[in-house]
Amino acid sequence: MKPQPDELEIARTSEQGSCVFRICGEVDMRSSPRLRNAIVDAAQSKAIRIVIDLSGVSYMDSSGVGTMVYVKREIEKSGGTLILAGMQTRVRGLFEITQLEKFFQIRATLAEALGA
Amino acid sequence: MSTTPSLEIEIRSDPCELLGVRDRVRRWTVANGWSETQVSEIVLAIDEAISNVIEHAYDGSLDHPIQLSMRTVPVEEDPRGGAEIRIRDFGRQVDPECIRSRPLDEVRDGGLGVYLIQSMMSSVEYTPANDRGMILLLRKHKDHTAKVPGCSSETP
Repeated sequence: MKPQPDELEIARTSEQGSCVFRICGEVDMRSSPRLRNAIVDAAQSKAIRIVIDLSGVSYMDSSGVGTMVYVKREIEKSGGTLILAGMQTRVRGLFEITQLEKFFQIRATLAEALGA
Repeated sequence: MSTTPSLEIEIRSDPCELLGVRDRVRRWTVANGWSETQVSEIVLAIDEAISNVIEHAYDGSLDHPIQLSMRTVPVEEDPRGGAEIRIRDFGRQVDPECIRSRPLDEVRDGGLGVYLIQSMMSSVEYTPANDRGMILLLRKHKDHTAKVPGCSSETP
């Protein structure tokens, strides 16, 4: 089979006092390291509130869930907070079945996360 | 349930291959009449299994073979019907008894792949191959869907 490129899109903006990452595409073993690095880089400079908008993520596997666990801990080491927003049903289901929902602050939409 | 021919894929142990595998598995399962929920579950289980082969059997080395085959199990063979998936690698062999998930309450950034495979499938069987590598046999019955721990069952 012809290998396909990592098509994950990662966009970073600053909104209402939060650092917002908008993620689009599929998060897997291939794309997770780039996502992890992008978020950890943002968290290392100072205490910061980071919102990850996952509404554009149509697929995530355990490497993606593991990335979220890792970046949450890194953000909290720097005195920051992490909020996950806009998960599609399948992605939300992954957090439910792994019982990690209670470990994260999860909001239905980005607007709700920014207002939280 | 309509059936299409078996699906046979051979890839290299490169994470770049995963996107294409998921796409082909999705198309095959949709064509074989699985529900949207079940398609997602089968895709996730296969993605996790291949990721485990890349990471553990081949230690992240990119150029080793992985073979995936999928077939429909007719009701004449098993009244519950469903699909059978076989994943073959040629890497390190491990004792199947040692292939376990981490406890769910031990939160860390890894170790959930085996748990997800087991949750998504009706049965999971690891066997060392005769020469080298492992054979993973996954079965999903037609009425099977993953259950969230502590919640009531879900219909397909």
